[in-house]
Amino acid sequence: MGKTIIRRFIIMIPQLFVLSILVFFLAKFMPGDPFTGLITPQTDPARLEELSEKAGLNDPWPIQYVRWIGNALHGEFGISYTFKRDVGDLIGERALNTFWLSLLSVTLLYAIAIPLGILAGRYQNSRLDKTIILYSFITYAIPTFVLALLFLFLFGYKLEWFPTSGSVDIEYSSGTLQYYWSKFHHILLPAITYAILGTTGIIQFLRSEIIDAKGMDYVRTARSKGIPIKKVYTKHIFRNSLLPIAAFLGFTITGLLGGSIFIETIFGFPGMGQLFVSSIASRDYSVITALVMLYGFLTLLGSLLSDIIMSIVDPRIRIE
Amino acid sequence: MKSTGEILKIKDLHIGFKINDEFYDAVDGVSLTLKRNEILAIVGESGCGKSTLATSIIGLHDPNSTRVYGEILYRNQNLLTLGEDQLNEIRGPEIGMIFQDPLSSLNPLMRIGDQIEEGLIYHTKQNAEERKNRVQELLQQVGIQNPERVARQFPHQLSGGMRQRVIIAIAIACKPKILIADEPTTALDVTIQAQILDLLLTLQHETGAGIILITHDLGVVAEVADRVAVMYAGEIIEEAPVKELFLHPKHPYTRSLFHSIPQMSSSSERLNVIQGIVPSLINLPREGCRFASRIPWIKAEAHEKNPQIHEVASEHFVRCTCYKEFHFKKERNS
Amino acid sequence: MSFMVIQDLKVHYPVRGGIFNQVVDTIRAVDGISMEFESGKAYGLVGESGCGKSTTGRAIIGLEKITSGRVIYEGVNVTNKRTKRKSSFNRDVQMIFQDAHSSLNPRKRVRDIIAEPIQNFLKLSLKEEERKISELLEIVGMPEDAKYKYPHEFSGGQKQRLGIARAIATNPKLIIADEPVSALDLSVQAQILNFMKDIQREFGLSYLFISHDLGVVKHMCDYISIMYKGRFVESGTKNDIYNNPQHIYTKRLLSAIPQVTPIGRERRKRERIKIENYYQEQYKNYFDENERVLDLIPISNTHHVAATLPMQKGGI
Repeated sequence: MGKTIIRRFIIMIPQLFVLSILVFFLAKFMPGDPFTGLITPQTDPARLEELSEKAGLNDPWPIQYVRWIGNALHGEFGISYTFKRDVGDLIGERALNTFWLSLLSVTLLYAIAIPLGILAGRYQNSRLDKTIILYSFITYAIPTFVLALLFLFLFGYKLEWFPTSGSVDIEYSSGTLQYYWSKFHHILLPAITYAILGTTGIIQFLRSEIIDAKGMDYVRTARSKGIPIKKVYTKHIFRNSLLPIAAFLGFTITGLLGGSIFIETIFGFPGMGQLFVSSIASRDYSVITALVMLYGFLTLLGSLLSDIIMSIVDPRIRIE
Repeated sequence: MKSTGEILKIKDLHIGFKINDEFYDAVDGVSLTLKRNEILAIVGESGCGKSTLATSIIGLHDPNSTRVYGEILYRNQNLLTLGEDQLNEIRGPEIGMIFQDPLSSLNPLMRIGDQIEEGLIYHTKQNAEERKNRVQELLQQVGIQNPERVARQFPHQLSGGMRQRVIIAIAIACKPKILIADEPTTALDVTIQAQILDLLLTLQHETGAGIILITHDLGVVAEVADRVAVMYAGEIIEEAPVKELFLHPKHPYTRSLFHSIPQMSSSSERLNVIQGIVPSLINLPREGCRFASRIPWIKAEAHEKNPQIHEVASEHFVRCTCYKEFHFKKERNS
Repeated sequence: MSFMVIQDLKVHYPVRGGIFNQVVDTIRAVDGISMEFESGKAYGLVGESGCGKSTTGRAIIGLEKITSGRVIYEGVNVTNKRTKRKSSFNRDVQMIFQDAHSSLNPRKRVRDIIAEPIQNFLKLSLKEEERKISELLEIVGMPEDAKYKYPHEFSGGQKQRLGIARAIATNPKLIIADEPVSALDLSVQAQILNFMKDIQREFGLSYLFISHDLGVVKHMCDYISIMYKGRFVESGTKNDIYNNPQHIYTKRLLSAIPQVTPIGRERRKRERIKIENYYQEQYKNYFDENERVLDLIPISNTHHVAATLPMQKGGI
C-alpha cells in the first residue's frame, strides 16, 4: 500500500503542473488587472503603467510564469493586491474559519441524512418513507440563497437567535471560553442551512442502496440462519449500504477546506468561498491562482484519501 | 428402504406472484412429503417453480408481492401460519438452506468465521469460545483443511468450491433436521460438483437429515437422489423413487426430457426437442393438462379434463392419463 | 486437409505492481497450444473454469492479443490484425457467444444485427440483402416478422438462434462456439444442438466447440482436446478421449461427470474416489516442477497425451 501511495503522489506532479499552466493563463486572460478598481478619472495613466511595471505585469508571460511557479514551490504565493497581505497567511486564516464551519456543516449533514436515509430504506413505501422523500425533494428544490436568506431573516434579524455576519464577536479575545462560544454561535446557523440543503443526495442514495441490499443473496442467507430481522439490518444491510458513502469520505474531508460560496457570502462569513469570489471580482491574481492550485491539490488528495479509506473498510479492495 | 417416517409434509401449496395487481400462481397446488434420511430431488426447467417452492418453505419470499396458501406441516404446525419470530426459531436449528451462487450468497464484508457463527449466537447457549470451536469443527466437517485460517478470511479470498463448502457449513451449523439445497452445484465445475455432492451424502449419513435437492440436472439427480419429483409449469407431474423414475419414466414431459440429454444419445441421433415453449405465468392454462400444448399430436381425449394423480406402480405417481397414449412424434424436418 | 493451423499459441497477461507499475509477473492464460482444423469437422475444447479455453477461442478470432505463436489460415499467416484483413479470415471465421443476450445490441433491430456482417463482407444490393436476411431467419427457424423486432422480445433459445444466424450470414467455414448452450434449459439446448448439427451438415461447417459440459461436447464433436492451466493435457478423437483416456486429469474429469442413470452409482462413486486419490498421488508424474502441463506426445495417429516418455501404461 505504501508503494501505491508514493506512486500516486508522483503522478500528482504532472497533473498539478498542467493545472498550474491552465490556472496561470486563465488568470492572465481575465479582462482587467489588479489596478482596474483603482482607476478614477483623475488617475494618471503613467502612474498605472509604473505600478504594472513594478508588479512585473509587463514582463513576457513565460518569465511571469516561471517567477510565479518558482515562488509557489517555496510556499510563497505573493502578496494579495487588495488585502495587501501575504497570500499564504490570508488563505491560512480563511481556511481555518472555513474548516470549522465545514466540519460542523458536514457533521450535521451526516447526522441528519444517514438516519433519514436508513429509515426510508428500512421502511420502504411506508408513510415515514414518503414523508422523508417529500422532505428531501423540498430541500432539493429550494435554492440555497432562498433558504439561507430566509433563515438569516427569521433567526438572525427577527428572532435574533444568531448573529447575522462575521466569524466571531470582536469584543472577545482569543483563547477565552466566550471567544470559542462566539465562534460556534457564528457558524451554527450557516452550518444548519448547509446541512439541510445537502441531505437530498445522501438520503436518496442510502435509501436506494438499502432497498437494493434487501434483495441481495447474502441477506437471504442471513435470514435463512434465523437471526432476528433487526440484526439482519444492522449487521448485513446497513453496513454494506454505507460503504459507497465511505467512498466519498475522502472528498468530503478535503472538501472541508473548500467552503461554500453561497453560504459564506450570504452569511457574511470570512471564509474561503467568500475569499475566492472577492478575489475574482478584484482580479487579485495571486489569491486566485493560489486558491485554484489548492483546490486542485485537495481534489487529487481527496481521491487518494477515498481510495485508502475504501481499502480499509472494504476487504475486497486492496491497494497494491 | 432406509426412510423412516415423514418429517415435512406440503399439502396443496400455492405460491402466487403479483403481476399488474393480480396474483398468478407459480407453484400451483403442490403436495410433497419428505422423509427422514432421504434425498428428495425436485427437478424441472427454469421457471417451473422449483426455486420458488424451496425459498417459501422457510418463509423467505417477499410478503408484499407474493401470495402463499396451503399447508407446510412441520412438527404438527403449519409453517405458513407462523410469524417472523417463530419462523426464526425454525430457520437454522430445524431447517437449513443451501443456496446456489456461493459468491453472492456470502456477505462480502464479513469474515467467514463470523458468518458461520452468527446462527450459533441466537440458537445455542454456547459462549464465545465454544462457538469459535464449533466453527472450526464445522469447517473441518465440510472438508476444509485449514479451518483457522479460512475462518479469518473473506469470501472473495476463497475459490468457488470452498465458498460452497462454507455455505453448507452455515446451513448445518445448528444441526437442522431438514436441509433445502437450491441448485447447490450449478455454479461449480464437475470435479468440484462431485466433491460437494459427496459431502452432502456424507453429511446426510452422519446426521440423518432429510434433504430437498432442487436441481435442473438429471445427472445430479441420478447420482444422489432417493426420490424424485418432476415439476412442470408449477405442478408436480411425476414422482417416483429414483430407479423407478429413470428406468420407467411415464409422463410425456419426463420422457421428453430424458431424450433431450446429449449424454443419453449417440452423436448420430438427433436430440429430442420439446415442441413450443413453456407458457408464461400469465398465459398458463389453469385447466386441463398443462403439457397438452407441447404434444399436440396426442389426441385431446387422451388427456383428463381435470388431471388427477395416478399411482402407476408402488410409490410412482403420474399426473394426467395422457402418458398411456404418449408416443414420440415421428422425425420431421425442421 | 486442414484449412487452418494454430501453432504454439500463447496468450500471456502481464501483472503489474510496484511504484512504477512495472510488470512483476505474467499470467499464462494460454501457454502453447497447437491445433489443426479440417473442414466439416467439429473440435471440442473442454476444461474447467479458468483453464484458458475461452481465451483460446477469443485469441484465434482476434479478440485477445496473441503473445506468441501463429494462426495460419489457408496458408496465410493471419496472427495479427493487419494480416487478418488481407485474407478472407474475418469473413470465414465467426463466433457464437454463451450469453446471446448481451452479444446482441439491444438498440438494433434483428434485421440490422444480421445485416451487419453481410454489409461488411458481401457486396449485395439492398434487395439481395433483404432476401438473404429472410433466408437466414428461415434457416434458424424464425418467422419473417422477427426482422423488425428487438433482441429483448425473444427468449433465450431464440436469441441464441439469432446469434447463429448472424454467425452464418457470411457463409463461414469455421464457427467458434463459446459455451453456446450453457445458459439454456435442456429442451432448448437440444433444439440448438440439433440445429447446429443440421447447418454443419448442410454447409460443411467446422466448429470449435468450447464447453465445460463433457456430455454436450461428446455429442457434438469429432475431436476433443482437454485443457488445463492453459495447455492441452490430452487430445484425440472422441473415442480416444472417452474410451481410452490416458492422462490422469482426463480420467479425473470424466469420472466426475454425473451419469444419467442411478444404476451403479455406488460403484461409480468408489471409482471416482479411487481416481481422485490416484490423482493426488500421481500428480507429480504428469506435471513438471513448475506445475506446468508436460508437452504432448503421440501415442497413436490421433491420440496425444501430455507425458514424459515412455508413457506409463494403464494406471487404473
